[in-house]
Amino acid sequence: MRLALFVAIVVLSSTLGEILITMGMKQAGEPERFRPRPVLRFLGRALCNARFWAALPLLALSFYAMLALLSWAPVSFVVPATALSYAVGALGGRFLLGERVDAVRWMGVVLVCVGVALAWAG
Amino acid sequence: MSSAAHVRKKTLILATLMVSCNTVAQLVLRKGMLQIGSVHLHEHDLAGAFWKTVTSGTIWMGIAGLLAAFAVYMTLLSWADYSYVQPATSLGYALVALLGVTVLGEHVTLVRWFGVALICSGVALVGRTEPRTTKRSV
Repeated sequence: MRLALFVAIVVLSSTLGEILITMGMKQAGEPERFRPRPVLRFLGRALCNARFWAALPLLALSFYAMLALLSWAPVSFVVPATALSYAVGALGGRFLLGERVDAVRWMGVVLVCVGVALAWAG
Repeated sequence: MSSAAHVRKKTLILATLMVSCNTVAQLVLRKGMLQIGSVHLHEHDLAGAFWKTVTSGTIWMGIAGLLAAFAVYMTLLSWADYSYVQPATSLGYALVALLGVTVLGEHVTLVRWFGVALICSGVALVGRTEPRTTKRSV
């Protein structure tokens, strides 16, 4: 029960946080070139984005819930268990970010979810 | 190289870099938490555990690895779909299970290995779709 609760906290807070980050990074715009200066300019723009900062408390919550999980269970169990965030992430990508999640991408997500269930059972 | 091929190539390179940084960081964090010991859900113990994590060099090394992976993740998300990049991160699961066994001496059952294989197959399917399906913002 305690493990399930903390897995839910990690999944929901990390996915919501990352959706906010994605919105912020799309606003910041990609680096013009992969040289140190343009990449640093991009990271500077990213750090000035309000959605980036709004995401941080959610990611911090996810991080500490993850640390607690890692103290109770092996990493080869904890990490696959938190992969439930793929299903939530695909839904968020489709409905909050307007991404085109086609049948192949959904099939990939379903495979990941079955894999997660097996990783729990194992 | 066409624009679509260029986007796919740079997405693949950065995704590989991100997965590598993240996997090593996860293992370093697990090492750190093994040094600290099991966390109990009592106010006093939680505060003590929090203090141990912020004063542990191993935990800070893990955090540095996660920050590097996060910077690469942010860069990826500036052009690629979240629903494309996020599944790509699970390539690290196979790596984590493998390193968990070889480096940390953990036991991974056959069923769990099968689950990890399915996760990787799912990621491979997602990898066949277009990395960017939304309009460029800038």
